[in-house]
Amino acid sequence: MQTKNVADITVTINGQEGSFSVPVRRNLVDFLRHDVGLTGSHVGCESGICGACNVRVDGVVVRGCLMFAVQADGCVVDTIEGITDSGEAAALQQAFLERNALQCGYCTPGMLMTGLELVQSGRTVTRDEIREELSGNFCRCTGYHAIVDAIEHVMERCTK
Amino acid sequence: MKAPDFNYCCPKTAEEACGLLATADSDVRILAGGQSLVPAMNLRMASADLLIDINRIEAFKGITLSEDGKWVRVGALVRHAEVAVSPLIAEYVPLVHKAMRYVAHPAVRNRGTSCGSLALADPSAEMPACAMALNAVLVLQSKKDGVRCVPARNFFFGLYDTARRDDEILIEVRWPCSSQGSYTGFDELSRRHGDFALVGIAVECQLKGSRIGHLNVVSFGTGPVPRLSERAAEIAAGQPPTQQLAHQLAAQIAAEIDPDDVADVDIKQRQANAIARRVLVQVFQECAHAN
Repeated sequence: MQTKNVADITVTINGQEGSFSVPVRRNLVDFLRHDVGLTGSHVGCESGICGACNVRVDGVVVRGCLMFAVQADGCVVDTIEGITDSGEAAALQQAFLERNALQCGYCTPGMLMTGLELVQSGRTVTRDEIREELSGNFCRCTGYHAIVDAIEHVMERCTK
Repeated sequence: MKAPDFNYCCPKTAEEACGLLATADSDVRILAGGQSLVPAMNLRMASADLLIDINRIEAFKGITLSEDGKWVRVGALVRHAEVAVSPLIAEYVPLVHKAMRYVAHPAVRNRGTSCGSLALADPSAEMPACAMALNAVLVLQSKKDGVRCVPARNFFFGLYDTARRDDEILIEVRWPCSSQGSYTGFDELSRRHGDFALVGIAVECQLKGSRIGHLNVVSFGTGPVPRLSERAAEIAAGQPPTQQLAHQLAAQIAAEIDPDDVADVDIKQRQANAIARRVLVQVFQECAHAN
């Protein structure tokens, strides 16, 4: 079997299919930012700890820094730009705004990705469980309280 | 940082992957979930000449009950998130079901795999500890030997050192199905929910009548490999499951931590004692209620 260090991939990003040639060592979030030009997903720790790079691949949220772009060949990738344009995240974004659930905003795309997956799971969760779900996303400004408030608010509205 | 350069291939079958492993004469790593390997590469603590990405091998997917009903089989590509919500795991392997709550963060659970965690053998990870407690069977495949099975208690040699040879892939873990009269418990201490444990305890207790038939207590995060306490098993055998016994066993587990294995033995012992006590008290309470 042929091994390679540059690969041709086809990825559907935010509903639009595209073909790219990427070095295999390029991680998914760098690919999205530098090759595709979608700079909404942020790069924090590059070791899977902070969650700023969270994006959705084939319907589940993953760390953009812990997956190589070549692995997304044939996959459907959604970024913060996609879920914003589609209106999918609108309720959650509005709730974040109303509660000042962001200050510098660096963690916000990742927070919204994680939060949206929780909201869409249809689960009924306590505040403690929301905090557990957010444990993989670092925020250095807000102290999390307002973020938990925002997600809780949207989840309550969804179950009503 | 970014991962250092490597070559990449993405086989579609286990045979193809084993063939690649067998012929490669350089530094080869298997890429499954990548939730430990890729951060290690990004931090330049690991590198590879060749990454064999097994994510497209269909045969590695799925959680199934074996035909004889004795095992729950978890393939090499089953993600933590699947294990966490699996009805088969919840019904037949309650210890793993309980442990899943503590495994990593949601986005990591969506990629990381049980088999990857076992193959890496991080001393603070949950899956190796559960495998030791239940003596799960690890199924390895290579071009040279085909398929061989290794019991978990013969698998973990030392820090990130296992019975898996360089030419082998861990293709499946077989969890033994829980039997009547079996009680389990799991808890761990970590700085942040979902982080690796500072100390953790996994317990499986088999009742015989109103007394303990057999007790498996595994501590992890306390040394290079998860540690199954033989002494605790000896002390508990034939005893009624009392709170006093739970306290005695917790002290025993803590005393077994080797000062050479950890930097801060006093703290580790206190942590292990507290967590072991918490888990054993709860398991023994459930045992007592059952009678």
